[in-house]
Amino acid sequence: MVKKIMTGNVAAAWGARLSRAEVIAAYPITPQTSIVEKLAQFVSNGDLKAEYIHVESEHSAMAACIAASQTGARAFTATSSQGLVLMHELLHWASGARAPIVMVNVNRALAPPWNVWVEHTDMMSQRDTGWIQFYAESNQEVLDTLIMSYKLCEDKEIQLPAMIGLDAFYLSHTSEIVDIPDQDQVDRFLPDYESAYPLDTENPLSIGSLSMPNQWYSEFRYKIYEAMERVLPKLNQIEEDFYKEFGRKYTGPLELYNTEDAEIILIISGAASGTIKETVDTFRKKGIKVGLIRLRIFRPFPSEALGKALSNASFVGVIDRSFSFGHEGAIFTELKASLYGRKSVPMIKNFIVGIGGRDITTDTITEIYENCFNCLNNKKVDVSVEWIDIKV
Amino acid sequence: MKKLEKLMSIGDLPEVAVSNVPTLNQKTGTWRVYRPEVDKGKCIKCSICWRCCPEISIDIDKEGFPIIKYDYCKGCGICAYECPTTAIKMNREGK
Amino acid sequence: MIEIRFHGRGGQGAVVASNILADAAFREGKYVQAFPYFGVERRGAPVTSFARIDKNPIKIKSQVYHPNFIIVLDPTLMNIADITSGLNKNGIVLINSDKDPNYYNLSFKTATIDATSIAIENKLGSKMAPIVNTSMLGAFAKISGEVTLESIILAINESVPLKKEENVKAAKEAYEKAMIL
Repeated sequence: MVKKIMTGNVAAAWGARLSRAEVIAAYPITPQTSIVEKLAQFVSNGDLKAEYIHVESEHSAMAACIAASQTGARAFTATSSQGLVLMHELLHWASGARAPIVMVNVNRALAPPWNVWVEHTDMMSQRDTGWIQFYAESNQEVLDTLIMSYKLCEDKEIQLPAMIGLDAFYLSHTSEIVDIPDQDQVDRFLPDYESAYPLDTENPLSIGSLSMPNQWYSEFRYKIYEAMERVLPKLNQIEEDFYKEFGRKYTGPLELYNTEDAEIILIISGAASGTIKETVDTFRKKGIKVGLIRLRIFRPFPSEALGKALSNASFVGVIDRSFSFGHEGAIFTELKASLYGRKSVPMIKNFIVGIGGRDITTDTITEIYENCFNCLNNKKVDVSVEWIDIKV
Repeated sequence: MKKLEKLMSIGDLPEVAVSNVPTLNQKTGTWRVYRPEVDKGKCIKCSICWRCCPEISIDIDKEGFPIIKYDYCKGCGICAYECPTTAIKMNREGK
Repeated sequence: MIEIRFHGRGGQGAVVASNILADAAFREGKYVQAFPYFGVERRGAPVTSFARIDKNPIKIKSQVYHPNFIIVLDPTLMNIADITSGLNKNGIVLINSDKDPNYYNLSFKTATIDATSIAIENKLGSKMAPIVNTSMLGAFAKISGEVTLESIILAINESVPLKKEENVKAAKEAYEKAMIL
């Protein structure tokens, strides 16, 4: 175990290295490139024994990862924004083929106009691809989640891929203190991957051939549904094991910050939660009861945990750093749906913030909490969706 | 339509992210670390450099020699790499 | 928490400087954060980077708007940008300059160090483009009192790939020579 100063991208590369990724296929894209550059360096120095495949696009990168995974290799790739959406077709393929690939996606806005800064629309629009989705707050969490993800994804009861989102620049290019675990600790925690159905020339089999409506397609999809249902309890177990081995505690799909007695709770995913915590501390010093829920996992959506965490709140502000045009922010939609039918439901409002990397400051967050208080005092949500910090 | 630099409010914004500021204004020559220089003695006027330049920063003069437009050339070195007679050399800026 | 903003030109090492400073403070048991301005930097163009140092874990993830210290790696930037923008009223500006701090006549406490000469004497970068970041950090250790020269030297040895000795020597010389108003 050694503590070092490193960027989120370098932490991601260390996560893949310590997990002993065996096949890495990737295509460069800002602001992800330094992840695969670092991995290429690890491979060329002999620090990581892996096959590094240069490909001509992200679509090919994912194709290579799927094939590698199906031979029983631990596969890794990293991408961002345009690269992720170009992969879209093969994201469905990866989960359908039950390939436990782990991918890091540096969350970045989509063009046009060109923008390389943070936004979550790239990953939110992969919601239905059958991938587990994590969003990180710190560089340490990026590294740790990567190691835990392999254990989770490769579990025989799961066998699904996962993507880990880290905010462009706020994590990818920001240096923080990161605790790099020892390789033998990681080896103890994460054994070699053994595919249940490896492609092997000695014992030939094919994966993914035609399945007619009256055959088994529905049933294969049903099995993915079941596997996703097992993810959160399985993750709980893995996080406990992780704590025992490495001494760092993660709290499942949600991180709760001063929520127990909070009148107003904000919900967010990604690194801006750090800035919200700072703002919560300021309010709390004045005796004002506000709290924060950080959504660490968007798929599977933690409906139960959220319902429980919000059961005492009067007002919930959902911050989305993404937007589904024609409706609302994705987290807002999903949260409202999962609260339906519960006995006591808080008032709820959607705030669209930090689009295209616009800085989310403590001032922004203070304004949002005050906006929530106003709605609460008036006993009325003025507009259900409000875009914050738009120049007029 | 107003010039992009003069946009003051969301009301001035066109619906589409168009720009009517000519790209000629965007002089990217300051990005350059290495500077392509042409040796006319070795140049055979084949125009391969002109065809390969990704930034359209090479013109051909009346005699058929390349002229590098240093206001725009980013110093990528593709012209020097492709030149069949090594008539283009990349020299460090400021030396 | 103290916040530091670096101004330089692409190639002078402003981003590396913020990392070395964070590393040095980390060696003294502090919590740190360092990041470049989230722009599209390139050589020669003005570049900004930031560092935060605190005795408690740093939660905030937004950019720095009210720094306690401003470190200017290139004196020509003093004429271009509003360099002291947002500086805390008790803050300090440290400028790479062969002039006396009085010369700049700023409404903030000002310090200068001729980091360009120190870098050239120690053969850091070229005469045309000296790499002044390690000299500036030596001077910062002196004028700020926020981090020791010893920690800066340890961090330089960790982060600088080439000319470690020359960089360390430059930092030491700058520590000795820094002038504060």
